Amino acid sequence: MTFARRGALAAVSVIAALAIPAAASAHRQWLLPSATVLSGADPWISVDAAVSNDLFYFDHVAMRTDGIAVINPDGSKGEIKNPATGKYRSTFDVQLSQPGTYKIVNTGEGASASYKLGGETKRWRGSAAELATAIPKEATEVKIMENARRVETFATRGAPTKEALKLTGRGLELEPVTHPNDLVASEPATFKLVLDGKPAANVEVEVVQGGGRYSKAAELKVKTDATGAFTVNWPSAGMYWLEAGVRGGTSSIPNAERSASYVMTLEVLPD
Amino acid sequence: MRLPIYTAAFTGLMASPALAADLELNLEIPRLTVAEYHRPYVAVWIETPDKAAVKTLAVWYDVKMKNQEGEKWLKDMRQWWRRAGRDMTLPADGVSGATRAPGKHQVVFKGGAAPLGNLPAGQYNLVVEAAREVGGTEVLRAPFQWPPKARATSSAKGTSELGAMSVTVKP
Repeated sequence: MTFARRGALAAVSVIAALAIPAAASAHRQWLLPSATVLSGADPWISVDAAVSNDLFYFDHVAMRTDGIAVINPDGSKGEIKNPATGKYRSTFDVQLSQPGTYKIVNTGEGASASYKLGGETKRWRGSAAELATAIPKEATEVKIMENARRVETFATRGAPTKEALKLTGRGLELEPVTHPNDLVASEPATFKLVLDGKPAANVEVEVVQGGGRYSKAAELKVKTDATGAFTVNWPSAGMYWLEAGVRGGTSSIPNAERSASYVMTLEVLPD
Repeated sequence: MRLPIYTAAFTGLMASPALAADLELNLEIPRLTVAEYHRPYVAVWIETPDKAAVKTLAVWYDVKMKNQEGEKWLKDMRQWWRRAGRDMTLPADGVSGATRAPGKHQVVFKGGAAPLGNLPAGQYNLVVEAAREVGGTEVLRAPFQWPPKARATSSAKGTSELGAMSVTVKP
């Protein structure tokens, strides 16, 4: 509970502001690759990107593609191809021209605030840089939240590699113990959650299987241990959505609370 | 100079039971009455009892397609791909081969020769995995002991993508 506790000391007055991102996160952000395990000399994948309640049904709002990045197996920056954004989802392609594991990632950093002005509660959302001028000087009860979010998925041509999985040390990230493209239903998978490069202990991870439209999807919750590690026993093969969120850590904004979220989509293959 | 000749002959004699042994696979690819039929991709490999792949003996796929496009579906032989295929460079001499038509096929792998080579003594499974476009996948396993002391046969029977399979080892 290191992070939560450190945050709690500074955060007593920030509780009200927490409700804003929490309510927004009821909608799930996701990247859905057409395949995660590939062979051949020049395979491509197509990826859906959307925000919705049910997984993986694009029935709410498209995810914008301008924040989506590809990290090639050799660690270099890749590119998305043929991006298009519709009402409910975006789609784009990734050409796997190198052998190894690709990371597809959408990161966002920003700030939100609530304050009172003339007896009214105001809310604001924007970048950390805009914050200084966004809130009027006469505002009272100013509560600021710095947000970092990360949405990821992975695809591998040939044997899985780890270069693209290297951590940036910013926000909430996943350190693989089990490789995210080496998952089968009969084998438990272990991953580590890391906040700003340090183990994120005692964090709840929500695991939801896709395909819940016609029958209830498998959902489970696991907690990270002292080293940030958590293990998932897959109910069956399928596409899974995992999410974790923390509050605390160090904010780059003075007097701000910090929140960070991590989402990934994983494919678990049949044996 | 008789002594060196004796030595060589003696060494050869000691090694010969393993080297001369044969591993014979009999495999039936069933004839299926389906609207759209494609021959299955088939991988044949040797694994230890704990399912660790030891050696891939054969991969039958669309080797002749231009730009190695036939390799795109190798990953559909999921078990083989995860345990062996993804770490291999294909096409591989003596391992890659064209897809086979429905019917009975016999392949003999010779001890000491590629692709079987010198298999360490032990208990193994011969594994066959088939994956068919617009079809399904099936995996069969038949155990064998290596090197064989006597002729021995084990068998397995498929229900969808593969028919009867038998493995015979011969000293």
